[in-house]
Amino acid sequence: MHKLQTRQIIKQRRLQDDAWKVVTLVDGEAPFDVCLPVGPLLVPLAVWKAKKACLIHREYEHGTPLGIWLAPEDNPAEIAADIDDFTVIAVHFPKAADGRGYSTARLLRQRYGYDGELRAFGDIGRDQIFYLNRVGFDSFLLGEGRSAEDALNAFDDFPDSYQAAADQVIPLFRRRAA
Amino acid sequence: MYRYDHYDHALVQARVDQFRDQTRRHLAGELSVDEFRPLRLQNGLYIQRHGPMLRIAVPYGLLSVAQLRKLADVTRRYDRGSGHFTTRQNLQLNWVELPRVPDILAELAQAELHAIQTSGNCIRNVTTDHFAGVAADEIADPRPWAEILRQWSSFHPEFAHLPRKFKIAISGATQDRAAIQVHDLGLQLLLDEAGEPGFRVYAGGGLGRTPLLGQVVREFLPWQHLLTYTEALLRVFNRFGRRDNAYKARLKILVKALGAAEFGRQVEDEWLHMKDGPATLTDAEVARVAAQFAAPDYENLADEDLCHLAHLREDKPFARWVERNVQAHKVAGYAAVTLSLKKPGAAPGDASSEQMEVAADLAARYSFGELRVSHEQNLILADVPKRELYTVWHRAKSAGLASPTVGLLQDLIACPGADFCGLASARSLNVAAAIQERFEDLDYQHDIGELELNISGCINSCGHHHLGGIGILGVDKNGEEWYQLTLGGRQGNTARIGEVIGRAFAAAEVTDAVERLIGVYLATRHGDEAFIDCVDRIGLDAFRSAAYDYPTQTERKTVNA
Repeated sequence: MHKLQTRQIIKQRRLQDDAWKVVTLVDGEAPFDVCLPVGPLLVPLAVWKAKKACLIHREYEHGTPLGIWLAPEDNPAEIAADIDDFTVIAVHFPKAADGRGYSTARLLRQRYGYDGELRAFGDIGRDQIFYLNRVGFDSFLLGEGRSAEDALNAFDDFPDSYQAAADQVIPLFRRRAA
Repeated sequence: MYRYDHYDHALVQARVDQFRDQTRRHLAGELSVDEFRPLRLQNGLYIQRHGPMLRIAVPYGLLSVAQLRKLADVTRRYDRGSGHFTTRQNLQLNWVELPRVPDILAELAQAELHAIQTSGNCIRNVTTDHFAGVAADEIADPRPWAEILRQWSSFHPEFAHLPRKFKIAISGATQDRAAIQVHDLGLQLLLDEAGEPGFRVYAGGGLGRTPLLGQVVREFLPWQHLLTYTEALLRVFNRFGRRDNAYKARLKILVKALGAAEFGRQVEDEWLHMKDGPATLTDAEVARVAAQFAAPDYENLADEDLCHLAHLREDKPFARWVERNVQAHKVAGYAAVTLSLKKPGAAPGDASSEQMEVAADLAARYSFGELRVSHEQNLILADVPKRELYTVWHRAKSAGLASPTVGLLQDLIACPGADFCGLASARSLNVAAAIQERFEDLDYQHDIGELELNISGCINSCGHHHLGGIGILGVDKNGEEWYQLTLGGRQGNTARIGEVIGRAFAAAEVTDAVERLIGVYLATRHGDEAFIDCVDRIGLDAFRSAAYDYPTQTERKTVNA
């Protein structure tokens, strides 16, 4: 098992220290066999499904908040029933060009009603922030070497948007007409 | 035509500022080549053989005089005094310099032009019928819907990182002139029994390596649901389209793998969650946009103009131009004029800055200040009074815009090919030039009649070779340029993918092979039967054997040795 280093993240448009650890499965590791370190964890979907009871127990007994991360191919419908259990849902972007996570975010926010912290992490930086924010992400762990300070400027790249998304559910044409 | 309000201006300007900063960071070494690539592509900027190429959007092919003058100005000051109109109704500049691109975009923005999403794995420029609003066979004007889709798709946050590019085309007429069946999403405007517009939805068409025609996934989509349904369809594509292989990433592969019925069902499922939500279109919005495409103030004219008829009788070259380049108009006394961007010695679709200015002047004076770009790479003056046709012809002729060959061989379509494009396997302009030269004689061309000949310099098929009655595809064999011929392609309502006739030809053999194909047609046609109909009637075999019935270059070499 490998733990990514935690560092500063952007959360609600501010830089903040972050204690969440991302748990990943190494090749061949069974989800049930993963040992869970102390502290708040973002676990893969497979680990959530395999060790749900154990994870919920940690929350009840030790007050450790629950977190999960979804890979691009993971179906957010699989956590729809548990969605209120999570303090953080993270979506991984292994490559900036893989845009599946943008749909995942809108589904979590707009279909399954998730209103907790929704975090993007992986190959993302200043130039992805505006769209990520629009589809519903409110926290961002940027890729290696990306400046979080610089990324803070990206939230206001555009003054408005034509189409509805998670951040603005009324499309411009309805506001324009008003 | 649609004019920007303060929202449109602010959004396009914000994009210019954003790209200026991205370019600055790239040039300062803060954004790597790989990081910068998708950002520049979504602003129409390729890095090609000679340097950057900028693809400027001409939304649904419509240009105002001020816009075309701006393009003329930009091509003169930032390029080498010309631009290339493409099969997707856009304009490409081949000689721009990267550090100056933000300035170009800033200038374009003043004229309500942009290069947003003209490349990259996102929703591309929406295209439509170049005779929209004036065609006699129009059911409903597609342009307001194209503009509504343009706005919805611009900076769409969810669909900027799709598996592959996504192209939308709309036709509002009974004859499809927008090639909707070879687009990822093809929309055919129809009216229901109550006269309310809606769309027949085709999905999964496209050319390229696996040419496929779109399949109907919905027979009738009421107009209110255009955006929610399209959003649902894009979401299914974004989530489930293949991302492991760029050649299998277009929507067509997903539709083929799932089957049109299953794909349609998944879209409907997704759509049910959004249907009737806030993105449902309103009467007010459609009226707001449609009002900007209102018909111009046509004069009340007799359908036939006596002077025009006299010119037709007395001036044979004029009559020939009218026969080919002037199309019927739904309003009496008016006609649509095609300004040809095809002639031997010039790349198909190329226009010089001066030609753009002449075209703009003609539009200002004779066609209510607007022009269109056709997907056959010509410019159209859509609303010319018939009494002015003779003057328009003279002025177009002196600017080299009046080749009387629309629909004939010289009107061939060609991509820029390996002379410019970094993706190309072979040149296409040399082949185009050789064919145009061989068939330069107008009597010969008019005798051959309508024939769509399309040339692509690589399998990406920007030259739509699959849809040509004769298609030519450049391929690379061990560093040599070879050309594969396809036969029997059609565009429009009866769209069909052409069939490869056999082994590829060397560059020097292509024109001869084309002439032999045409020879078969000339020898076997019935009356005024068009080339493509003759192919359908007699089949490919006669053509195939004629094409190959001669010593090949290799055989000749052997003989000579």
